[in-house]
Amino acid sequence: MKKLLLAFLCAPLLALAAGAELHLDKAPDRSRDYAALQNGAKLFINYCLNCHSASYFRYNRLTDIGLTDAQIRDNLLFTADKIGETMTIAMRRSEAKQWFGAAPPDLTVIARARASEFGSGGDWLYTYLRGFYRDDARPTGWNNTVFPNVGMPHVLWELQGEQVMGADHALTLAKPGRLKPEEFDVMVGDLVGFLTHMGEPMANFRKQLGVIVLIFLAVLFVFSYALKREYWKDIH
Amino acid sequence: MAAANVEKYKSDGTAVGGLLEWVDARFPLMALWNDHLAKYYAPKNFNFWYFFGSLALLVLVIQVVTGIFLVMHYKPDASLNASGVPVAFASVEYIMRDVPWGWLIRYLHSTGASAFFVVVYLHMYRGLIYGSYRKPRELVWIFGVMIFLALMGEAFMGYLLPWGQMSYWGAQVILNLFSAIPFIGNELTLWIRGDYVIGDATLNRMFSLHVIAVPLVLIGLVAAHIIALHEVGSNNPDGVEIKKKKDEHGIPLDGIPFHPYYTVKDIVGVVVFLMVFSVIVFFMPEGGGYFLEFNNFFPADPLVTPPHIAPVWYFTPYYSILRANTVNFFWIDAKLWGVIFMGLGVMIFFFLPWLDRSPVKSIRYRGPLFKWALGIFLVCFFILGYLGMLAPTPGRTLVSQICTILYFAFFLLMPIYTSLDKCKAEPERVTG
Amino acid sequence: MSCDDKVDCGRRRLLVATSVAGGVAGVAVAIPFVSTFAPSERAKSAGAPVEVDISKLNPGEMMTVEWRGKPVWIIHRTKEMLADLTKIADKMADPQSNRTMQPEYAKNEHRSIKPEYLVAIGICTHLGCSPSEKFKTGAESGINPEWTGGFLCPCHGSMFDLAGRVYKSMPAPDNLEVPPHYYLSDAKILIGEDKKGA
Repeated sequence: MKKLLLAFLCAPLLALAAGAELHLDKAPDRSRDYAALQNGAKLFINYCLNCHSASYFRYNRLTDIGLTDAQIRDNLLFTADKIGETMTIAMRRSEAKQWFGAAPPDLTVIARARASEFGSGGDWLYTYLRGFYRDDARPTGWNNTVFPNVGMPHVLWELQGEQVMGADHALTLAKPGRLKPEEFDVMVGDLVGFLTHMGEPMANFRKQLGVIVLIFLAVLFVFSYALKREYWKDIH
Repeated sequence: MAAANVEKYKSDGTAVGGLLEWVDARFPLMALWNDHLAKYYAPKNFNFWYFFGSLALLVLVIQVVTGIFLVMHYKPDASLNASGVPVAFASVEYIMRDVPWGWLIRYLHSTGASAFFVVVYLHMYRGLIYGSYRKPRELVWIFGVMIFLALMGEAFMGYLLPWGQMSYWGAQVILNLFSAIPFIGNELTLWIRGDYVIGDATLNRMFSLHVIAVPLVLIGLVAAHIIALHEVGSNNPDGVEIKKKKDEHGIPLDGIPFHPYYTVKDIVGVVVFLMVFSVIVFFMPEGGGYFLEFNNFFPADPLVTPPHIAPVWYFTPYYSILRANTVNFFWIDAKLWGVIFMGLGVMIFFFLPWLDRSPVKSIRYRGPLFKWALGIFLVCFFILGYLGMLAPTPGRTLVSQICTILYFAFFLLMPIYTSLDKCKAEPERVTG
Repeated sequence: MSCDDKVDCGRRRLLVATSVAGGVAGVAVAIPFVSTFAPSERAKSAGAPVEVDISKLNPGEMMTVEWRGKPVWIIHRTKEMLADLTKIADKMADPQSNRTMQPEYAKNEHRSIKPEYLVAIGICTHLGCSPSEKFKTGAESGINPEWTGGFLCPCHGSMFDLAGRVYKSMPAPDNLEVPPHYYLSDAKILIGEDKKGA
């Protein structure tokens, strides 16, 4: 009996002991910072939307983060004719597969898909986009700390510069890029903020509505509880 | 009843009363109302645990209504669209983004699935602690276990529909269980899938079963469950039969009409439930990855298995039992034993009314043996559930083997420990 | 609602309060469900206004574009065609287009913003067939010697002139519908939207 109880107590400990740990940097919260999200949208469209699609996200949905129809049409609409269309790309998947080894995935819900017990999808993306380093063994010349043997080259290398991995598995900046490391982190933060927003554009509205619903239910609770008390006062 | 209604007619056939009498002469409306609500006498001492029956009914309604609206926009199609995404997966995102309020209806449905199991597990636990499965309520219990089984099938098939990675590989693993059956296993699996892999044919039949066949069965079983319950009357936390002590009108002394007393009480329960439900729907619809698994936001890819696949939380205890069997007994291999034990793990609930030999029903009057057995069972159930979400290691497998044995011991040893147990005497009347 | 000794006033008040709050909740829940029937963002995108370049449309020619799944005709009418519109006005059911549902700028004889260009939805107002073009005039048209060009609906024989006006005593009750549209420039029309602020 005692042994069994011991086993019960140990089970969760055993479970926790095993399993690979993945350390992710915390992505900054940009969910209500429209200027940063707009910058992130611009970066996404310029740097990502050539190879990756966002085929469930419509351009006119960018009005959610404070852009106007005219701004979207004049500055951001490269891959479609109408602002009501989704962010698709012209690249053929079969060709992309040939070039990169795997077709670049659609990024609309990538921030939701990359969430794990180690952190949010935003955290993963924030670490990933800042975690490229030089690796001559790879066909692209790049490898990544959280996505080993990644097929994508380091698209932002001109901005970040070149990192190398030391013997202690820490990254150091070997060749500086156009941006200072702090500036680069802010930029990636904006981009990741937008990717997170794109994963669930209604998230802010959902939470606002939730507050209203809960307040209403609280009122309903007071009424219904008083009614129950009223009826049940006869029952002993 | 019918005779009384006929008297309400004049000789020329015109009705004496109003619309209600007109209907009542043709349909037993008042009789149904009285039998099931206004003159259904329920014990007056229902506690917290007695909310979950009506809540299960509420969740069923939520699932049916939201499901009807989701079907209007969802497309069970595994082929790839122009962007290389399966149409089924894309149609879920279409619901989430393009359909007005679609996101809310989808979250209600996905959260409702988990809520259904939370409520049903608690409802079953109530039955366990107060002996609600005991004579004369054996059929109520059996219909209930059948509802639980149908619900598991419904949840499994529904989970395939978003056509994400977890949908696909979860279905792959579960459908392959059938291949463990000797001789016909492989052919049977092929027949169930309708293809050599899980594909469009599988998705379409699962869709049909999920939205039509199983819901019909579920609703029929729920009706049978309630009719059987109202025939024998509700149990209560004291486990005493209120029908034994009646007043001069034949009304149980400890009974109160379900309506209005329990309707107003259940409304409070419903509001509290909706508050918890809304917190999840509006503030954490993914439920930390337990209600909507993160990997399921990747579209199904038959060529790549995600590094770690786990079923949704409500299946994990049974998934653990499946994995716990690593030994080949006799001439049957471990894979088949796993499937058999998993099946038995659910089926064994059917036999509970006949396994329990205790003179009392409620845990309030049971002796220490039952309380210990139930406690160990509960702990095992949680550990199995927890381990089912994790990747197996030798240590974890050993723990899950021990827990599986204890899980079954709770049932199989029940005739022994319940007859040996030192029970307290049941009271004559409910204690409030 | 009077309170006497037999009615429990507190209970009644609570019943009313709870029922009203519950009713409000019910209506609030119904709104999202009813709303799902409205056109989705995809449908709205597909039905978005269409930009048309009319610089290559020569006098006497017609082009068809699709807007919200319907054919929209754009006809560049010649001087003669416009003159004919006045001549045959008395044969028309509604020559000045007073009674049909259409933008203000189509409420005239030529039914258009600029007299030479007609923009109309090519769907017969009778039962929804698309009339066929009959631009040949006179006996050559095979319709009647006085025909000045227009459209004939193949389903039930309704006839329309080059302003989309329906002839008298035809199955179709009204002139062809004119969609909301405006000129972005001399050579470009946006179909599906009225000019903002107009």
